[in-house]
Amino acid sequence: METSRNYSWRTLVLEILAGLLALLFLVPFYFVIVNSLKKFADILKNSASLPKEATFDNFTRAWTILDFPRAFTNSLVITILANVFLALFCSMAAYRLVRFPSRFNNIVFMIFVAAMVIPFQSIMIPLVRVAANLNLTGNLPGLIICYLGFGASLTIFLFHGFVKSVPYEIEEAGIVDGCSPFSVFFRIVLPLLKPMVVTVFILNTLWIWNDFLLPLLIVGGNPNLRTIPLATNSFFSQYTKQWDLALAGLLMGITPIIIFFLALQKHIIAGIAAGAVKG
Amino acid sequence: MAGRKRWMNLLMQSVFLGPTLLFFIVIVVIPFFLGMYYSFTDWNGVAVTVNWVGVRNFAAMFGDSKFWASFGFTVRFTLAVVILTNVIGLMLALLLVNPLKMRNLLRTLFFIPNVIGGLLLGFIWQFIFIRGFAAVGKATGIGFFNLEWLGTEATGFWGIVIVFVWQAAGYMMIIYIAGLINVDRSLLEAADIDGAGYGQKLRFITFPLIMPAVTVCLFLSMSHAFKMFDLNLSLTHGGPFGSTESLALNIYTEAFTNSNYGLGTAKALLFFVIVAAVSSLQVWFTKRMEVQS
Repeated sequence: METSRNYSWRTLVLEILAGLLALLFLVPFYFVIVNSLKKFADILKNSASLPKEATFDNFTRAWTILDFPRAFTNSLVITILANVFLALFCSMAAYRLVRFPSRFNNIVFMIFVAAMVIPFQSIMIPLVRVAANLNLTGNLPGLIICYLGFGASLTIFLFHGFVKSVPYEIEEAGIVDGCSPFSVFFRIVLPLLKPMVVTVFILNTLWIWNDFLLPLLIVGGNPNLRTIPLATNSFFSQYTKQWDLALAGLLMGITPIIIFFLALQKHIIAGIAAGAVKG
Repeated sequence: MAGRKRWMNLLMQSVFLGPTLLFFIVIVVIPFFLGMYYSFTDWNGVAVTVNWVGVRNFAAMFGDSKFWASFGFTVRFTLAVVILTNVIGLMLALLLVNPLKMRNLLRTLFFIPNVIGGLLLGFIWQFIFIRGFAAVGKATGIGFFNLEWLGTEATGFWGIVIVFVWQAAGYMMIIYIAGLINVDRSLLEAADIDGAGYGQKLRFITFPLIMPAVTVCLFLSMSHAFKMFDLNLSLTHGGPFGSTESLALNIYTEAFTNSNYGLGTAKALLFFVIVAAVSSLQVWFTKRMEVQS
């Protein structure tokens, strides 16, 4: 599409246009940031102006009411553990399904792929009962197990495609050198899967960190186990229209994932493009 | 020796496939089939015994005008969002494949809303619509900003559409850019020599060549929009007067607020059938596209 390599006048005009569009696009963040620093009365007086005197009072209060350190820790623990186990178990399963395509395994893979079309809302109601019977509700390990179940389809699908591209000759060399089947996987294959591990990690992080409904149903009853979306939801329903507190809380809530995105943006954008083409 | 080999095979199978298969069966497969069973019962979520009621739930569902209202809302919403998200996403992509100096920065900025969850976005936009739009309206006098945002049926509908498009357009942009980069430049240069204008090049060269990306984006946005829940809950909570209640929210309310678990699972089953049908259509469509190109 790049019809001219030189930076022409036309490109400059487009550059300015694109820049203005981006500013317009980001205006909501401006509103959130400036108003989170204002006193309530000043928000009502004029929501568009910069704060006359910045106050961090809103943040300290929202921090305590949200119990932000606890919500952040819960979100972090769930996201990290679910990610690690999903990547580990699903890469192992995909490896087995590719390298040992028995009739049973082929059917299992087809079921995993077919299950990708099941929307969460169509199984959430019986899930609550199943999870309660297995003591998976009201505790974080139970929630993590739910993620392992729901994340399996897509994660296996992504690894399956990637394992197929790993040449079998490399593994044969390992077997000749006396590796056990387990060390073939963990020492030879898993390191080769690293690019896909990164993609899987990114896609699952964006999903799990922001997920609301599953944690609500599984651990929603226990305030100590709230994730950031859960804490924000109950905070917001309690302090509705108290914008000074709410905006400070919301800003704190979105900051971790935005930092995560900015730190890994190259990988994330590449992963999204790659995942979409495959999915 | 053969016995040892078989034992090793079984061990490998259970160690490598076992954990994931177990979690998957417990969390997805069993609830899926249990839901089908419950849709024919009067389960209320508490009672120990559940009674078989035949197709009563399905009859109730077809007579539930609120359900069909939310069905209608979801279809209208999906239609509006699919068109707007893809038009804007494609326009952004066409803009940002130009050799701009800030190209990578701008792509990042337009993508940012995608990393924020729908729940928090909905709360943020509640403020934007209620206070922010009012402030802009007061300063500029533009009528659009002085509407009673989220307070009427129309502004509630378009409010959710605006936020959804604002979030998803950057995602579609990334996929369209990936498609545009793959367009063979020699074809465009040949068209230049033949004297084709920008519009003609778009229509006769670029669009046909990015059809795979278009298909992916159309169905991605369709599936996301059809299953919308978080944003709906936090931005309008179905209001005003239930006019913006999505299917997913209707199912949730039926089960967990009204405690009609049997009816809820019946609705969930229909929901699944629709989503599965649309997704199968997507696979069929994409395959057909690939054969042609």
